[in-house]
Amino acid sequence: MNEQTAFVTHGQNGQDAQSQPIIRVENLSYAYPVEDSDQPKQALSDVNLTVARGEFVGIIGHNGSGKSTLSKILNGILSPDSGDAWIEGMNTKDPEKIWQIRKTAGMVFQNPDNQLVSSVVETDVAFGMENLGVPSEQIKEKVTEVLDIVGMSDYRKARPHQLSGGQKQRIAIAGILAMQPDCIIFDEPTAMLDPNGRAEVMKTITNLNREHGMTVLHITHYMTELVGADRIVVMDGGRVVATGTPREIFSQVAMLREIGLDVPQMTELAYLLNQDGYDIPKDVLEIPEMVEALCHLK
Amino acid sequence: MSLKIEHLDHVYAQNSPFEFKALDDVNVELENGHFIALIGHTGSGKSTLIQHLNGLIEPTSGTVYLNGVDIFNQSKEDLVKTRFSVGLVFQYPEHQLFEETVAKDVAFGPKNLKLSEEEIQERVKWAIEMVGLDYEKMKDVSPFELSGGQMRRVAIAGVLAMKPEVLILDEPTAGLDPHGRDTILGQIEKLHKATGNTVILVSHSMEDVGRYADRILVMYKGKAVYYDTPTVVFRHVDELEKMGLAVPEVKYLMRALKKRYPEIDDDIFTVEAAKAEIERVFGGERDV
Amino acid sequence: MFKDITLGQYYPTGSVIHQLDPRTKINFTLVYIVLLFVVNNPVGYLIAIGILALVIALSKIPFVYIARGLKPLIFIIVLTFILNMFMTPGQVLWQWKALHITREGLKLSIFMALRLTLLVAGTSIMTLATSPMDLTDGMEAGMSVIPGLKRVAHDLAMMMSIALRFIPTLMEETDKIMKAQKARGADFETGNIIDRAKALIPILVPLFVSAFRRADELATAMEARCYRGGSGRTRMYVLAYAKRDAIAYIVLAAMTAAMIGSRFIQYPWPFPFG
Repeated sequence: MNEQTAFVTHGQNGQDAQSQPIIRVENLSYAYPVEDSDQPKQALSDVNLTVARGEFVGIIGHNGSGKSTLSKILNGILSPDSGDAWIEGMNTKDPEKIWQIRKTAGMVFQNPDNQLVSSVVETDVAFGMENLGVPSEQIKEKVTEVLDIVGMSDYRKARPHQLSGGQKQRIAIAGILAMQPDCIIFDEPTAMLDPNGRAEVMKTITNLNREHGMTVLHITHYMTELVGADRIVVMDGGRVVATGTPREIFSQVAMLREIGLDVPQMTELAYLLNQDGYDIPKDVLEIPEMVEALCHLK
Repeated sequence: MSLKIEHLDHVYAQNSPFEFKALDDVNVELENGHFIALIGHTGSGKSTLIQHLNGLIEPTSGTVYLNGVDIFNQSKEDLVKTRFSVGLVFQYPEHQLFEETVAKDVAFGPKNLKLSEEEIQERVKWAIEMVGLDYEKMKDVSPFELSGGQMRRVAIAGVLAMKPEVLILDEPTAGLDPHGRDTILGQIEKLHKATGNTVILVSHSMEDVGRYADRILVMYKGKAVYYDTPTVVFRHVDELEKMGLAVPEVKYLMRALKKRYPEIDDDIFTVEAAKAEIERVFGGERDV
Repeated sequence: MFKDITLGQYYPTGSVIHQLDPRTKINFTLVYIVLLFVVNNPVGYLIAIGILALVIALSKIPFVYIARGLKPLIFIIVLTFILNMFMTPGQVLWQWKALHITREGLKLSIFMALRLTLLVAGTSIMTLATSPMDLTDGMEAGMSVIPGLKRVAHDLAMMMSIALRFIPTLMEETDKIMKAQKARGADFETGNIIDRAKALIPILVPLFVSAFRRADELATAMEARCYRGGSGRTRMYVLAYAKRDAIAYIVLAAMTAAMIGSRFIQYPWPFPFG
């Protein structure tokens, strides 16, 4: 890492920081009660997951696969029916620990507008720190620092409704960064953005993970956003149906299609050519790889 | 049905420090029955343009001719009637739902058309089924109890029920997952084939554009830059990139391949066509 | 389109008045308003006019904006003037059938109209020179001083600040909803008052549903950022008095003394004030 800020991670509970995963989910199950019905809707069934320090883990699944229920449980908004979720060793079911949990695992949500609380950017970024009782001078310094990291320093005094969706999300990210979390959970942060906004936000998230060592759990339904992830967890119908590296997961085109997900056009093409007997590696993700693979055929 | 846009200009906040020219001398003639994709960077004027087509916004100068009639040179009642011929579905249309039941909400448009009760009911049923929902199950349900995807389909049905000659949809797949997107676009294509009416789809996804459209209208900084078939428009890769747009990924592949293998036809922009072409050129190399 | 609306009437110029602590401005305005009801002769009113003129000049806000604030009240000011002029008993100056103008009436009508004008202008200059956020902070600080009201003060200030934040957003959303319903043939301009009221339902219902949804999501986001109410919170910008505020308070004290003192001036005022 260069001179830029590295997010020093200490185990919040004094445990051995290096070995303990920041997020750990064990046998998690949750069902939503359904009005006028005895049958609750099973949103999560026996989910297991870990995220280690510094990792970029992606969760992918169509709407209704359980991924947003999972993020609500990690943030302590919902309590599991069975199983547990731990953030830095703190159980999310523990009401005493809930605020510490939320400081430790920051969360960025889907709707850029409905996360911004203040009519001026810098005051919004300061909001989390104000809640934590950080002294005034420190708040000002931190605001400068995090706005710089997300590339929005010029917009310090801007008003939210003057910003694009991508810019608003970057402000939301800055606000979370300012609270110095150990990890950030991104709950479909690009779902409501246009391609430019999506690219902006993904660049920021990748930069946070690669340049600043921030642990990232990225929930999305866009496969292409997870090309750079360390690990991908695929969810369907409340269960984990596959985990692996991007290459391992992307090449399972048939499975992904079946559960309603997209793959990049290159991977899809590789799959179709493969089916027709061409010797193309199934885990082709990008154009240069495809060109190389085809050249090798001739 | 013919839709002719002539020298259309629109300036927001004229004579103020916030003056902004959203449309700059736009001239396009849209022939009947096409599935037209409207693309352009954010702020290029797409939204402003489509709101002129049904008379919601008035131009600073220039006009729109619907079936030969200047829509802005009519009585107010006739201008309102234009909205029944040119249906417009906004982004996140589920935010406009307000009635107690799905059937009542879908009936809002036809009611404003002052049709007979019978006709209204018929159209409501047709529209709800057209978007792939079960009429009997849905008609008395409150729209607010539905899932996001279902709410969106109800909202679209509300516009379909007016049976417009032209259907404009502003990013109907915004915020949906791949399955939701395929469902909605599939229904729209089905409707287009069934009625033969013109569809204008505003989209940011080049892959979707390549798959469904037979004409593309490209906007850049308030001007209409291209209006042609996808094959022709997608040839202008460099120009499109300068305008902040892209082409389907597969097209980039074909261009890269053509550099090494001149016999490749690079006028291709869908995965299926790419596969076919690659198999044609590399045909002898498969392991049977 | 809605992005360009300046909220309230705030007109930033960076003048010394703008830079004053909001508490100073609120206190000054309150005292000024009270004093307007204390003065009762030309000297008193002249001091009041003088102070206002000084503040307007220092604020560098074009007089046009003050005038705009008065426009809606022109009718009431003129009405006050006329009523007081014709309805006050006393030494009759002019009479025509049942209508009469008295000397007392003339004096009263001038003072009343002046008082109203200065009151509106004074409040106007305060909102023109203070941003809504600063006003909220100032009111919160003011209320917190009263024992037992600190928590309520924080909650109210937070509500106000969130409302201010969402007003432009909700305005844009209203616009979108209106357009969407118009695209389905809704007409908000024709019909009698009942028709028009009914026509608002397709706008109000979606707007309220949306507002509630936003509130829910915002609350979740606020809790995710550890918001638990006002206790234990710090602020990035803390209101702090500066030298210019001290000067303003001294001027306030002098003004108060002068305006109260003016009541005791015995002087043969010219007609009609004598």
